[in-house]
Amino acid sequence: MSRWAGAYGAPLWHLLVLVACFMVAGYVATRVVAAGIWMGFVAWFVAAIILHDLVLFPLYSAADTAAQAMAGRVARPRRTRRLAAINHLRVPAMLSGLLLLVWFPLILGGAERNYRWAVGLSTSPYLVRWLLITLVLFGVSGLLYAVRRRGSRRADP
Amino acid sequence: MRGGPPGPFRPEFWRSPLRGPWLTSVLGLVLLAGLIIVAITGLLSYAAYEPRLPGNDTTPTKGLLGFYLFDWPTDPVWMYRLTQGAHVIVGLTLVPVLLAKLWSVIPKLFAWPPARSIAEAVERASLVLLVGGAVFQFATGILNIQVFYVFPFSFYPAHLYGAWIFLAALVVHVVVRLPKAIRAVRSRDLRRELRTGVAETRSEPPDPDGLVAVDPAAPTMSRRGLLAFVGGGSAMMFALSAGQTVDGPLRRTALLAPHGREYGTGPNDFQVNKTAASLGVTVAETGPQWRLAVVGAGRILLSRADLLAMPLHTYTLPIACVEGWSTEQTWTGVRLADLARLAGVRPGVAGVTARSLQRVGYFGQASLSAGQVADPRSLLALRVNGADLSLDHGYPARVIVPNAPGVHNTKWVRELDFRVETS
Repeated sequence: MSRWAGAYGAPLWHLLVLVACFMVAGYVATRVVAAGIWMGFVAWFVAAIILHDLVLFPLYSAADTAAQAMAGRVARPRRTRRLAAINHLRVPAMLSGLLLLVWFPLILGGAERNYRWAVGLSTSPYLVRWLLITLVLFGVSGLLYAVRRRGSRRADP
Repeated sequence: MRGGPPGPFRPEFWRSPLRGPWLTSVLGLVLLAGLIIVAITGLLSYAAYEPRLPGNDTTPTKGLLGFYLFDWPTDPVWMYRLTQGAHVIVGLTLVPVLLAKLWSVIPKLFAWPPARSIAEAVERASLVLLVGGAVFQFATGILNIQVFYVFPFSFYPAHLYGAWIFLAALVVHVVVRLPKAIRAVRSRDLRRELRTGVAETRSEPPDPDGLVAVDPAAPTMSRRGLLAFVGGGSAMMFALSAGQTVDGPLRRTALLAPHGREYGTGPNDFQVNKTAASLGVTVAETGPQWRLAVVGAGRILLSRADLLAMPLHTYTLPIACVEGWSTEQTWTGVRLADLARLAGVRPGVAGVTARSLQRVGYFGQASLSAGQVADPRSLLALRVNGADLSLDHGYPARVIVPNAPGVHNTKWVRELDFRVETS
């Protein structure tokens, strides 16, 4: 290892590409300032940095832990069965949550004012559609669970 | 320093047996492939707006961040429909992959000590730009297509400048990490992973980056299960939104997409992006006293009857919005080239600036290039699908240009100014 790499912790090109990245970002920052939007831009950028790691992750992992504890209490008999149960619960729940995360302005009607004004229609069908899709997700998942459980009982009497 | 603060800063806190370099690298490479499509189509959309033409530039402070590729072509007519549809739909499809990728690397956010060398500290600083840039771009794009304008800035400059920050950080991340990611992907056989159920799932071998749990919990899902979960999420996002980019019965599949709506079965019952009311256009000013000003060597005023008496042409052309939705309709109207000749301008020499009756909002005017004006399919449309245009679709007259972004098809046109120099 060269003396440079020993002091810095990586080859010289590593520092060069990173400096180039910060220079581009720095130049972009001057354009953001010139556009007169820097305060809102920075606030949203900082929020974007923490959105997943400090907001979404604690929420969905806490929900998952709670669901696992619940599934553990409900279906005690065999470990594998409990595992199957938790996935048949968490997958439709997370998929439904994903749709809500992306489309909440339409589903919860936050965009109603702008949307009705622009498109000429109400956002109200979206809540119904999301609920129906959620129902289908849980329904299909439950059906698959029932089929798998029957299959495993037959294979393992 | 071993130990550090309690909780997530301790390696034992992170117990998922699925996290590891292989999983992170598989997700990273899939995300990279998708992001290349989103980035290229996004930059093409910037070019499609022809920002060099008067009044078209939505990011006047762009400096070196703007660029000129080529005059936006009118052929193939479906190109913007395809590229911008891909930009939005691929972006939506990548949301689960992005979330899974962020989940897979979260222990590193809390790694203690925060950096073991100067190199690591510098690299982690760039990850702030990478993660912030990615979520910023996805969030602003996703909110914008739902016309949920809660951000305290105009969408165009923020999404363009955010893109450059994200792309700069992404390029560096790829340069620094790609060899490692490829090695990690090769460390396990994908086909074997896809045959491994939850009971046989084991942690990846310990890695120097600390992704693999030191004290893994019993697996509740296999890697196969996790990949199917993420892939299923992407398939669902795609299936519920892609319909807004097609016509026919498949359009009804766009159950969770902002612009796949049904208005009815009449000739004017297709997607409206901005109603007349929302832009301050009233029935009164589009009535019999409406006149189109055609400006060139002189200034000519034409009534709708005058226009209908000119040679009319009919073309089936798509209209494709920057928000990703599109639809193909059959338009009838006067060629822009004929109107240019009427104004004393030879088509192919000058472009045009179309000005609308709209009082508020963006794109009250849009300039087209000389090439766009000269294309015989570029119309000042008066009818659609055999009927007069409805007010919301631009009555008494609207521009329709093959392959142009939706907002350049100016509605409620009051003036066509052919004095635009485009060379």
